[in-house]
Amino acid sequence: MMVAETDGVQTYLSTKQVKDLYIYVGQKVIEAKPTLTEIDSAIGDGDHGIGMEVGFKKAIQQLNEIEVEDINTIYKEIGKAMISNMGGASGVLFGTFFVASVKNKPVIDKLTLATFTHLVQSGLEGVQARGKAKVGDKTMIDALAPAVEALNAAVEQNKDLVKALQVASEQAELGLEQTKQLVAKFGRAKSLGERAIGHQDAGATTISIIFKSIFDYVCNLKTNGELLYE
Amino acid sequence: MKKVINNPENVVNEMVEGFIAAFGNDYKKVQDTNGVIIKNKPKRVAVVTGGGSGHEPLFIGMVGEGLADGAAIGNVFAAPTPNTVLEVTKELDSGQGVLYVYGNYSGDVLNFDMAAELAELEDITTKTVLVNDDVASATKENAFDRRGIAGDIFAIKIAGAAANDNLTLEEVARITQKAADHTRSIGVALSPSSIPSTGKYTFEIADDEIELGMGIHGEPGVKRTKLQTADELTANMLDYIFDDIELQENDEVCVLVNGLGSTTLMELFIVNRKVAKILSEKGISIYDTDVNSYCTTLEMAGVSITLMKLDDELKKYYNKPANSPYYFKKGRG
Repeated sequence: MMVAETDGVQTYLSTKQVKDLYIYVGQKVIEAKPTLTEIDSAIGDGDHGIGMEVGFKKAIQQLNEIEVEDINTIYKEIGKAMISNMGGASGVLFGTFFVASVKNKPVIDKLTLATFTHLVQSGLEGVQARGKAKVGDKTMIDALAPAVEALNAAVEQNKDLVKALQVASEQAELGLEQTKQLVAKFGRAKSLGERAIGHQDAGATTISIIFKSIFDYVCNLKTNGELLYE
Repeated sequence: MKKVINNPENVVNEMVEGFIAAFGNDYKKVQDTNGVIIKNKPKRVAVVTGGGSGHEPLFIGMVGEGLADGAAIGNVFAAPTPNTVLEVTKELDSGQGVLYVYGNYSGDVLNFDMAAELAELEDITTKTVLVNDDVASATKENAFDRRGIAGDIFAIKIAGAAANDNLTLEEVARITQKAADHTRSIGVALSPSSIPSTGKYTFEIADDEIELGMGIHGEPGVKRTKLQTADELTANMLDYIFDDIELQENDEVCVLVNGLGSTTLMELFIVNRKVAKILSEKGISIYDTDVNSYCTTLEMAGVSITLMKLDDELKKYYNKPANSPYYFKKGRG
């Protein structure tokens, strides 16, 4: 049955769909390894892509091995896989993002726009509490914070899930673009000072890829009529 | 870049296996992690160090009697995971707590701090001393932002000696912090290193150029100049340290002339000759000197100079014997 594509209609993803979504997201980040390596080599030490590959490979393996009964487990397993296997700053930070998203949350078995927004908002807060970075410090926060802001606005405006993800993805990419103008306050790039200007941040690049692939995947679900309606 | 390796993904695992194959009588690997600890640690405060790989013999080479009790190591130039730090911590704690001593890098701080939180959940008390000896990496006002380089060696030596004296965790941390506060280093790079996983050089530098103050992962330094003689270079490097730490006539220092990987002992001795000369001209007495490659950067060529200013307390702990396959001090005093 066709449902009108209008704002205000509650669509959601099931637990199974969220698992497939993050397997897809992980594959997209792994595919971007050469790009991430190149970006990180310019102002870091070139291992961001390698780390993200290690983290998502383990996460995908884990998601495929276990019985996933709720969305909380999916986030927790991705986060734990990253924290336990990646090392470096990105292991803790990306891992914290996923773990903090579902920390102390009741069982979640459907991912609506409001729920997704609530999760990434908590994830952002968790990363900021641990890493202490603010917008403008040339880190993953520069892509993550505008995406979260866009999602919050979309919830306020009762927007459709796919449209909200599109705006979030666009805002993440815009935030990523803006990291090119910034001096780094954290990590190896910090010692470059002004010389970091002109180069985009590797962590923000990964965040942008994650949001872009979430949007693509959910968009595809909608096109195939697989998005669920309340 | 030619390296004697198998699969780039396995370099750290295989290095640890090789270390244990050589020194397994006294050391063991912590199961499922790249952590190395001494066997039979006495019941007292434990000292744990760690960081990325690629700086050998740091960090595993500083695990030993009168030194660190364990090292948590990560991939090449990448911090160890919180899990590695936690497992090393759990293996070594005997109820008196664990001191973490490592270089001030954001990745290491994040991972060790997270491990400290996890250790707390297991009722293990930890404290941290960050080594930030590299004067080239931030101004004196922002010294808290500075990187840790070869100064780790002195801090770990003092921490291990203080722990062996059966002091409390607070006391071991206080004395180790003092050692870190009294230590300054500066390095110079002549050629880059290459990371096994990327197979690429970490930076580019002309054949006749050097970079003063470059970090041990190829972080930019303070000045790029034409190659200088060893004497000119040594004098320039020491000036940065003298500008940063007050040293007066009759002060006593420990000196470490540290090779970054491919610079030969011959060159390090030539540098040390000039260090000794300059310090003597200033009336600063050298209590002890080390000329070795302890804190390296794979095959990077270059050298760092570290001075630790002594007081009676630091000297007392520096005098304690220490022994590992890569660091040895006879007890004295």
